[in-house]
Amino acid sequence: MINAVRGLLTLFAVSILVFSLARLTGDPIDVLAPVDISREDEAALRERWGLNGSIWEQYVSFVGNASQGDFGPSFKYPTETAASVIAERLPASISLGIVATVLTLVIGVPLGILSAVKRGSWLDRIAKGLALFGQSVPEFWLAIMLIWFVAVRWNVVPTSGISGWQSYILPSIVISVFGIAALLRLFRSAMLETLGSEYVKLARLKGLSEFKVVWKHALKPASIAPLTFFGGIAVRMLTGATVVEIVFAWPGVGYLAYEAANARDFPVVQALALFTAAVIIIMNLLIDITYAYVDPRVRLGQKAIA
Amino acid sequence: MSVRNQPARFESDTDEALELNFDIQGHPVRRPWWKVWSKRNNRVPWVSIFVVLFVLVLPALLADVITTHDPLRGVLADRLTPPFWMEGGTTTYPLGTDKQGRDILTRLIYGARISLTVSTITILIGAVVGSTLGLLAGYFGGWVDRFVSWLIDTFLSLPHVLLALVIVAAIGPSFVTIVAIIAVTIWASFARQVRGETLSVRETEYVARAHVAGTTSWRILLRHVLPNVANTLIVLATLQVGVVILEESSLSFIGAGIPRPNPSWGVMVADGRDQILISWWISFFPGLCILLVVLSLNLLGDWLRDFLDPKMRQRGRS
Repeated sequence: MINAVRGLLTLFAVSILVFSLARLTGDPIDVLAPVDISREDEAALRERWGLNGSIWEQYVSFVGNASQGDFGPSFKYPTETAASVIAERLPASISLGIVATVLTLVIGVPLGILSAVKRGSWLDRIAKGLALFGQSVPEFWLAIMLIWFVAVRWNVVPTSGISGWQSYILPSIVISVFGIAALLRLFRSAMLETLGSEYVKLARLKGLSEFKVVWKHALKPASIAPLTFFGGIAVRMLTGATVVEIVFAWPGVGYLAYEAANARDFPVVQALALFTAAVIIIMNLLIDITYAYVDPRVRLGQKAIA
Repeated sequence: MSVRNQPARFESDTDEALELNFDIQGHPVRRPWWKVWSKRNNRVPWVSIFVVLFVLVLPALLADVITTHDPLRGVLADRLTPPFWMEGGTTTYPLGTDKQGRDILTRLIYGARISLTVSTITILIGAVVGSTLGLLAGYFGGWVDRFVSWLIDTFLSLPHVLLALVIVAAIGPSFVTIVAIIAVTIWASFARQVRGETLSVRETEYVARAHVAGTTSWRILLRHVLPNVANTLIVLATLQVGVVILEESSLSFIGAGIPRPNPSWGVMVADGRDQILISWWISFFPGLCILLVVLSLNLLGDWLRDFLDPKMRQRGRS
């Protein structure tokens, strides 16, 4: 509950920040309207873009409308609203995001667990190498190198845009590389810690199968620490997605942000920044809830040792 | 394998350094070389230091001395020359030239200067601001802590690539803009880490005694708490250099960072993007530099963390 209020406050702060940034250039009319615009047209445009009155009035009306999902008309596409422009692009980003997240979880978590269980083995060595690489490689460069080899030289998958499921392969790999690396590391160290703990020893002494010991008794407490970091990983994946979408000309919101910022389409940029911040905040709330579910100490109202 | 050759192992310990070198009867345990090597986790990562020094630091400092070409203006007649080992390549341009005939190696060297400058400035700002706020929040608690924690959460949930795009669209790309954007995004990680450390240091006996002895809060903070979070700060700063280099190059790549024609590594990758089919070297080398430097910095940071942790250090020496 307190977290939800804090989240709202954060969103409010982001709205002020974004709004004032968008006004840094000065009057959007000067930037976007033709130089020889007539006085009447200018007034009409001001009315339409919500640029009437003082900057405070503008902000109040912006927040008022935004809370109802209305971010005003897009400057670049005059027939559409900022919200509808974003809604159009959203499915492409969400589907890519889901694929990348699934890839991250499916590869990162088991690999992290296995490399802890088989500590020092060749699998562990490979996993550690992969983690190091994933944390260090610049996404945009990896994307270009993959396009060069996989898409152009071997001609296996398309280079950009969406045309069938093959298009998802390269972008989702590039986006998930960092997440895989981070989750792998976190799970590895957390599992190493719990595998050495007293209750795991007890579980072994009780004669439970190794499978049960690892996947039931050790895994649940071990997944708490990585969970708290998942918010950070997700943020990094979201921002990484912006860059990756630009490289692959992926028609999602990340690419839209790039186009809108370059075209100075401020309503769209404002809406996107608020939207992204809201997604991150909601995700953090969800993580808090999951945290409480996984760790009984939190669920029972005791303070967790952070 | 006989039972005798199995090294004794403490189940509760997660570090292999505690594996004993002798078995119960006192015979030395023989291990294959790869196991011996893998155990030397705490060895000084010379390769990483070497890479950071020779790819990042030295080129950045000596850029004017060691290059003969102009990083900004090229020879159009020599454009798209391949690296020297390929057909048509010359040793004048060891790593080839881009489409404006600029020497890639020269630009890489000047790019190191940009990376190093940006990361040094932003980390100084981030570390000073972040650790000050973190110390205050962790030590004083109460509303100070609540406010700072809220600030940290807010800044960590900012979509910073988007913000960078907005800022750059509004006031244009420049060195100052990129430094400001990155500093704003990294102080929070310093603050969070230092706050956490401070919280635990505050509960220690020596802080309590200093308090009883009538030491002022400021003195406790500076003389007792700060030195104890210094190790964390050093490790974090090392790791953040890599983060900043990645961030700067990403932003420069999408045109929201260092403006053209300056040779930022990110800009160079973007420059070669359209030519990747024929002139792959334009994009390949700057990206490789980023990868190598960031990788080495990560290894270095991990090693530093183990080295500065007294528990780990003792283990490493045993």
